[in-house]
Amino acid sequence: MSLLSVRNLHVAYGAIQAVRGINLDIAAGERVCLIGSNGAGKTTTLKALARLLPAQGELHYDGHDLQRLPAHGLAKRGLALVPEGRGVFARLTVLENLLMGTYSRNSSKGEQEADVQRVFGLLPRLAERAQQLAGTLSGGEQQMLAIGRALMSHPKLLLLDEPSMGLAPIMVQKIFDVIRSVTEQGVTLLLVEQNAHLALSLCSRGYVLSNGCITMQDDSKALLANPQVQATYLGMHMA
Amino acid sequence: MCRPYATPLHPPLLYQKPDKPGINALPVKRPNVVKLREQLIPLIIDLAVVLVFLPNATNSRMDIFLQQIVNGLVLGSIYALVALGYTMVYGLLGLINFAHGEVVMVGAMVALSVINFGLANGWPLPLAVLLATASAMLCCMALGWLIERVGYRPLRHAPRLAPLISAIGISIILQQLMMLIWGSTYRPFPALFNSEPHVVLGASITDLQILIIVLAAATMGGLMLLVQRTRFGRAMRATAENPAIATLMGVNTNRVIALTFMLGSALGALAGVMVSANYAIAHFSMGFMLGLKAFTAAVLGGIGNLAGAVVGGLLLGLIEALCSGYISDLTGGMFGSNYRDVFAFLVLILVLIFRPSGLMGEKVAERA
Repeated sequence: MSLLSVRNLHVAYGAIQAVRGINLDIAAGERVCLIGSNGAGKTTTLKALARLLPAQGELHYDGHDLQRLPAHGLAKRGLALVPEGRGVFARLTVLENLLMGTYSRNSSKGEQEADVQRVFGLLPRLAERAQQLAGTLSGGEQQMLAIGRALMSHPKLLLLDEPSMGLAPIMVQKIFDVIRSVTEQGVTLLLVEQNAHLALSLCSRGYVLSNGCITMQDDSKALLANPQVQATYLGMHMA
Repeated sequence: MCRPYATPLHPPLLYQKPDKPGINALPVKRPNVVKLREQLIPLIIDLAVVLVFLPNATNSRMDIFLQQIVNGLVLGSIYALVALGYTMVYGLLGLINFAHGEVVMVGAMVALSVINFGLANGWPLPLAVLLATASAMLCCMALGWLIERVGYRPLRHAPRLAPLISAIGISIILQQLMMLIWGSTYRPFPALFNSEPHVVLGASITDLQILIIVLAAATMGGLMLLVQRTRFGRAMRATAENPAIATLMGVNTNRVIALTFMLGSALGALAGVMVSANYAIAHFSMGFMLGLKAFTAAVLGGIGNLAGAVVGGLLLGLIEALCSGYISDLTGGMFGSNYRDVFAFLVLILVLIFRPSGLMGEKVAERA
């Protein structure tokens, strides 16, 4: 039984069909990525999964029919989305941002403190900046904060949208290390990335999205070796 | 079955830029990094200049000057309470709730009715006052909830003009409804406290005025704590900044918005009771001018900024009291204190021209 199962998902912006009937299956504990070029529908898919966009299709997550849950009910059930562009609350401090991550749990002060320390342990940079407004952080720190905030809610399924976007390579490396260590503790991951090489080397399996459709799905090794994927998404020229 | 097109059919045009800061938007608003201190120093200097020169310039007596300060503080506390209602709603929705003044009026009317009923039935005065204030606040909370649910929520994603028109409509409906219920005459508000004033340095202040200032200060302090320190306050600030992300965190933004309306309305009701008690009168149209002035106070302080609403309210009260107190002297008797309402709107115009973001607002007036 898969943790997330998507059947025939359709999402439209007005008359434009951005996602046209895709199927996804993710088992608990898996690391799966969704790769594709600009405008392929990757972000749209994630937003639809997080119920931020109206969508058609069957979305089942951990025994819940997602279409029947309100968007604000997802966090409580362990589904966390780290949105594209990070979406930290710029006028809240780093600590307040993290505490927003525990909002749905309504946990006690002690539990909150433990969660904050756990995230600080994972992302020490945030501890240094705890009292700073999140808007004053660098892009990489904001990405760390967005991930840390999602981890505060003890997610079962983490949806990550373009965590490498706009970051220096060394920062990308750090962030992917954190993601890896989080998933090794049992968090299921659905990663959306333009950087296909990075995504496929982290994840065990990948879907290739193109024009709102899944054109390929395979395990990462096979995709990395696939000449078409190499040409289109890995920047390698066919011999 | 999902089959890809041969050629990409959707160019990058696909992304319509969201009207409100959506999930895609980077935090474009710069955080307010200017220190409170830096904002307040010029203000204090200005005030000091006024304090020193105004009495001298007009050859007036210090006691009259102090009296105007007292009047200004009382008035300003009331403006500040009402301005908080405007500013909280604006901060969350970018919407100016023009029906807020009417909520204040309803608060005064409900309190008046309860007090009159209580006094007629021989309740002890403190009990009557307490129950009247509580019932005014409860009624207005319900009213605030209703206004948001009926008047604004259906228009949440409508063009900006629609909720504004809705607000004006609600305002008219409330006024006319209250006129039908309570009549169109000025209703005397019973004297609640010992009206014998205390004289301090020549200026007189009544028990009621002291109570108004203290109660308003305590309420505003409580509100600040609520917004800055509690889980609900955090959710409120998060929703104000980015509702979509707040939703991801598990915040029911509709509930936060409804609660904010109720909170603002409760403050408004309290202000309504205060203003009626202070002027010993209640009237179905009293909310209109009060609402406009409180809105001016919110703009003066920087709309969307809670501390700004407090500063703006107090400042506007002082400006109004001082100007109406001295205009006769300054113009050689050409204008009298009946021109008092002019000053608030003069302030509004000047602020809009020279500092549209207000005293403590953010420099970038993005949502104005």
